[in-house]
Amino acid sequence: MNFKPKDIVPQLITVLAVVLVFGFFTYNAQINMENRGIDFGYGFLSQESSFDVQFSLIEYDGSHSYFRAYLVGLLNTILVSVIGIIIATILGVIVGIARLSPNYLINKFAAFYVEFFRNIPLLLQIFFWYFAALRALPLPQYAESEGYTLFGVFFLTIKGLYVPAFIWENLDIFFYSIIAAVVAIIVIRIHARKVQENQGKQIPVFLISIGLIFILPLLSFLIGGVKLSFEVPVLKQLATTSFIYEGGVSLPPELIALTLSLSLYTATFIAECVRAGIQGVGKGQKEAAASIGLTPNQVLKLVIMPQALRIIIPPTTNQYLNLTKNSSLAAAIAYPDLVLVFAGTALMQTGKAIEIVSITMFTYLTLSISISILMNWYNKKIAIQEK
Amino acid sequence: MFKYLKQLTSLVAMVAVLFTFTTESMAAKKSKTLKNTQKKGFVRCGVSQGLPGFSNADAAGNWTGVDVDVCRAVAAAVLGDANKVKFTPLSAKERFTALTSGEIDILSRNTTWTLSRDADIGLTFVGVNFYDGQGFMVRKSSGITSTSQFKDGISACTNIGTTTELNMRDFFNSKGISYEPVAFEKADEVVAAYDAGRCDTYTTDKSGLAAQRTKMKNPDEHIVLPETISKEPLGPVVRQGDAVWEDIVRWSLNTMIEAEEYGITSANADMMKTSDNPAIKRLVGAEGELGAAFGLDNDWSLRIIKQVGNYGESYKRNIADTGILPDRGPNQLWTKGGILYVPPAR
Repeated sequence: MNFKPKDIVPQLITVLAVVLVFGFFTYNAQINMENRGIDFGYGFLSQESSFDVQFSLIEYDGSHSYFRAYLVGLLNTILVSVIGIIIATILGVIVGIARLSPNYLINKFAAFYVEFFRNIPLLLQIFFWYFAALRALPLPQYAESEGYTLFGVFFLTIKGLYVPAFIWENLDIFFYSIIAAVVAIIVIRIHARKVQENQGKQIPVFLISIGLIFILPLLSFLIGGVKLSFEVPVLKQLATTSFIYEGGVSLPPELIALTLSLSLYTATFIAECVRAGIQGVGKGQKEAAASIGLTPNQVLKLVIMPQALRIIIPPTTNQYLNLTKNSSLAAAIAYPDLVLVFAGTALMQTGKAIEIVSITMFTYLTLSISISILMNWYNKKIAIQEK
Repeated sequence: MFKYLKQLTSLVAMVAVLFTFTTESMAAKKSKTLKNTQKKGFVRCGVSQGLPGFSNADAAGNWTGVDVDVCRAVAAAVLGDANKVKFTPLSAKERFTALTSGEIDILSRNTTWTLSRDADIGLTFVGVNFYDGQGFMVRKSSGITSTSQFKDGISACTNIGTTTELNMRDFFNSKGISYEPVAFEKADEVVAAYDAGRCDTYTTDKSGLAAQRTKMKNPDEHIVLPETISKEPLGPVVRQGDAVWEDIVRWSLNTMIEAEEYGITSANADMMKTSDNPAIKRLVGAEGELGAAFGLDNDWSLRIIKQVGNYGESYKRNIADTGILPDRGPNQLWTKGGILYVPPAR
C-alpha cells in the first residue's frame, strides 16, 4: 500500500489529539484525587455492602458484596428493559398499522395516542403513572372489596400486584417436553419446505406447530408426573390499619409504573417506524402480489413485511437503545435499577465516584452495543440477498 | 523526573511558608479557599433541597434554617456580610462530590459525621450543629406506638445515599424482622409515597421526620415513634487539605454556641464590649487578637453574633418557632442539661 503524507498526517494529528485529551483528563483526575486524599481502586467491590434492596432477581441482602449489589441493579435494569421492549414492540406495531387503517376512528385514535405520548417528557410520565397509581390503587385490605382482584387470586394494591406463585413438581420433565416440541416443529418446518419446493403442496405448518407446543407439555402433565400447584397470596395484618399480602409473588408498583411508562412512550416512536416502513414499500408491490393470486394475508406476510422490515429495523434499534438508557430514570420512583442501587446507594456508601461511574458507563455501553449487534445481525438476515 | 519536581515544589513551598510567617495575612495566603472566597465576594454553600428548619428556601428564594445559618456565620466572619452566600441545593447523592470537586466550599446539609466519611472520601467534619438520631414515623390510625410492634413484611420508605439505609438494615436485622425498603432519590418523593400509603413507615433522622411531617396532607395523622435507633451527629463539612478554612468554619459554629453560653445575643452584642468577663470581651472582639490566626480582623466573631445571632436564637427562629421540634432535647447547652459543649475561644 502506498501512503502519502497528506493522507497520514491528519490521521496522526487526530489520534494524538484524542490521546492527549484523555491523557490530560486522567492525569488531572489523578492529581486532584491525590491532593484530596482519595484512593483509587476497585477493591471495594468485594466488601460487604450492608444495605438491602427492595426487589431483586437473585438472592441478595446487605451481607453480600458490592459486586452482588451491582448484579442486582444490572439484572433489574435488564428486566425492565426486556419487558419494556417486548410491550413497546407489540403496541408499536399495532398502533403503527392502525395509523394506516382506512377506519377513521381507529386511524385518528392511533394518531392521537402517538402525538400525546411522544410529546410529554418521559420523567413526567413516569411520575404521573407512579403517583397516579399510588393515589388510585386501594390499600391491601380494601383490594377485594373495591374489586381490584381477578378470580380472587390476583390482587392489585398500592403496595404492588400480587400474583399466585407457581409450585412445580418434576419441572425438568416439563422443560424437556417443551424442548421436544420445539425440535419437532423445526423438523416439520424443514420437511414442509421440501414438500413445497418439490411438489408445490402446502402443509398447514402453523396449525401443526400450535398443536405440538400445547399437546406435548400437556402430555408431560398427564403421563410425565409433572404437577403444578399455586400458592395464592393471603391477606395478613401487620397493625390496625396496616396490611400486606403474603405468599405468592409480588410485583412492586415501581416496576409496574416504570414498565408502563417506558413502553407507552417508546411504542409511539416504534409505531412511527412501522408506519414509515409499510408506507415505504411501493404500491406496485402490493398490486403485483395480489395479481398473482396471493391472499391479503399472504401479501402482508410474504411481500410487504419482508420489505418493510428492512426500513423498520434500523430506527427501531435506536428506540430499543433509548428505552434501555431511559430505564435509568427509575431512580426517581425507587425502582432499584443499576443507577439507583449502584451509582446511587453504593456510590454514596463507598464514595468511589470515579470507579462506580466508570463501571456504570461501561455497563450501559455494553448493554447498548449488545442490543445493536443483535439487531444488526437480524437486519443483515432480512436484508436483500444479492448474489 | 516527577519525583524531583515534587521535591523541588515542596522546597519552594517551605521557603514561601517561612517568608509568609512574617506577614500578617499569612493565613489568607495559606488558605486557597479563603482567598478565593474573598476574591469572589461570596461563600459557596451546599444545602439540602428543602428541609424545613435546616435549610429551606421560601417563595422569594431566601434560605433559612440552622444549617443555612452556619454558612451565613462564615460569610459574616470572612466577608463582613451574612447575606453574601450562594446556596447550592444538593441531593444526598450529590453532596460529597460537589464538595470534593470544588463546586462548593462548605457542605451544611444535615450530614451525619461518621468515621468512613471523615476518613475515606476526602472530607473533614468540623463540628456538630445538631445532635440527631434515626426514628420512625407511622400513621396514628395503625395503632403502632412502638417499634416493638413492627411485624414481618413491613415496608419502609426512605432516601438513598444516607446512613439511614444502613441503620435501617442493622435495626431490622437485630430484631429479626423482614422488611421491604423503598428508597427514593429525593425527599419529596419519599414523603409523597409514604403519604399516599405506599409504605407502613417512613424512616430518617428524627429532625427530618418532624420537619417533613409539616409537609404532609394532614400532619396530625402521623406520629414519630419514641425509639431512636442510631446516633446522628449532624454538622458542616469542608474539603480535606485546607486547615485554615476548616478552622474558620469550625470556630464560626463554635462562636454561635459559645455566645449563647455567655448570654450574648444579636441585640446586646455591642453592649457586651464593656463586660467585665474577659471571655465575653474576647468573643465580641474587645480583647485579644483571635481573628489574626485565621487572617481575619478582630470583629469577625462580633459580626457573626450581630448578623446571625447565637445558636439559641438560630434554633428558636428556625426550629422551635416553626413548630418542628420545640423541645431542644440534647441540643441544649451543657450548662442546661444538653450536650452542646464547645472548646473555649481563647
